[in-house]
Amino acid sequence: MTAETVDASATSDYTADELMTIVAARELNNGDVVFVGIGIPSTAANLARQTHAPDVVLIYESGTIDTKPTKTPLSIGDGELAETALAVVSVPEIFAYWLQPGRIDVGFLGAAQLDRHGNLNTTVIGDYEHPKVRLPGAGGAPEIALASKRTMLVLRQSARSFVDKLDYVTTVGHHEGNGSRATLGRAGNGPAIVITDIGVLRPDPVTDELTLVSLHPGRTIEEATAATGWPLKIADDLEETTPPTLTEIEALRRVSAR
Amino acid sequence: MKNIMTLADAVALNVHDGDTVAMEGFTHLIPFAAGHEIIRQQRRDLRLVRMTPDVIYDQLIGAGCARELVFSWGGNPGVGSLHRFREAVDLAYPRSLELDEHSHAGMSVRYSAGASGLPFGTLRGYVGTDLTKYTDNVRRITCPFTGESLAAVSALNPDVGVIHAQQADRHGNVGFWGILGVQKEAILASRRSIVTVEEVVDEFDPSVRVVLPHWVVSAVAVVPRGAHPSYAHGYYDRDNAYYRAWDEISRDRDVFSQWIQTHIMNTSDFSEHLAMVEPTLAEV
Repeated sequence: MTAETVDASATSDYTADELMTIVAARELNNGDVVFVGIGIPSTAANLARQTHAPDVVLIYESGTIDTKPTKTPLSIGDGELAETALAVVSVPEIFAYWLQPGRIDVGFLGAAQLDRHGNLNTTVIGDYEHPKVRLPGAGGAPEIALASKRTMLVLRQSARSFVDKLDYVTTVGHHEGNGSRATLGRAGNGPAIVITDIGVLRPDPVTDELTLVSLHPGRTIEEATAATGWPLKIADDLEETTPPTLTEIEALRRVSAR
Repeated sequence: MKNIMTLADAVALNVHDGDTVAMEGFTHLIPFAAGHEIIRQQRRDLRLVRMTPDVIYDQLIGAGCARELVFSWGGNPGVGSLHRFREAVDLAYPRSLELDEHSHAGMSVRYSAGASGLPFGTLRGYVGTDLTKYTDNVRRITCPFTGESLAAVSALNPDVGVIHAQQADRHGNVGFWGILGVQKEAILASRRSIVTVEEVVDEFDPSVRVVLPHWVVSAVAVVPRGAHPSYAHGYYDRDNAYYRAWDEISRDRDVFSQWIQTHIMNTSDFSEHLAMVEPTLAEV
């Protein structure tokens, strides 16, 4: 970015996914050590690294530490991740030595379903034994969400994804709320932010219930409420998300291009 | 040298009906050729173990080889669902499939415990999740030193471990590099093992990061491009078009069955299948 001029003028030429990715990227601080899932988390982390957070450290569960891909990888095991990594370690090592002891600042995840306390389901829709939809399962998420100092979640918001009760708890967030996560043993602080296509939610500091703190440009409280399967709490000082700048959009399209 | 043989012999000698078989490779070096040979030899009632059952296990499950799947993430990476896996779970077609489902961290500890000759391993994990409701292989344990409550997971000790590697030397030692996955642990945890390799070399490439001595490898078979459509670092890239095409092939029972018939049952080895999916590969 150093030699480029930053165009901070707002643009309205973006997709919902692009907006989610840019808002997520802004949440990463320079120097954060980030355990990255595939999809929007991976794109956002690479966008952050190529814009405001050049020293962000990306770790993928395939065992690549401080990897610097030029393009967003298709899968967590792309060859470029290994070629550009500071170190490549085995899968047992990445979970046991690097994630478990609390060396990761940010666990960055997506999900199919989420509840008001940021618990996640990526296993089944419907009954476990006779599911309506069988999903991929846990992957690295349960321990990423447990051990990272904070968790960032990205998913589209709808009455089907933001549910009153998860069909299956794959990954724990703030558990049953009201600080109950602390009863689960030694762990990081849980979900700090949920970024959706409608807005941004953060947990209430006392109850841990996800609260709408920001609406994306053009979105309404009614839309957010309709897309939530529980009575959604709205922050008193609800903000409007800063729209993507031209610089952000251009950088995103550069890292996503194939 | 004694362990170097054809893949057909390696499978015939080492993989039996009812066996627990772990085929590993974390997006990289996935032993597709060996998977095809197990289908070709019509093994049945296998308990299949793999952290990321992707297209390779979709093929084995759809072909009716598996009775149980032990895993932590099942999907077609970057594409979507595994249709043969889903139909086995949803409709018991072509047969029912039991699931023993874990997290990646839990599976990797289970392999490490198996490789270490221990009955279980421990981790700080599986808390607050429904995973523990549907498996007998995770319990809570109290640390005898600190009193901390931890997850205990039972060791995985497959009958056969199967991987693909870049190189073997003339003694049958195996070397690989790039994304390392859980292959070393899977082989050391298994009673018997099969390794397919790109080539046999006089001296390992300096890139080699993991070496498995010949005396822990039951069989080495040379199968160039044996990890296709996954990739072998330093040899060939991932065939993303194949993964996308698999979505369509696997969606329909009959199209899938015809594919298995044409590409596996009617071919004598993996090279014939490769020549079909991409004629230019025959020249590599």
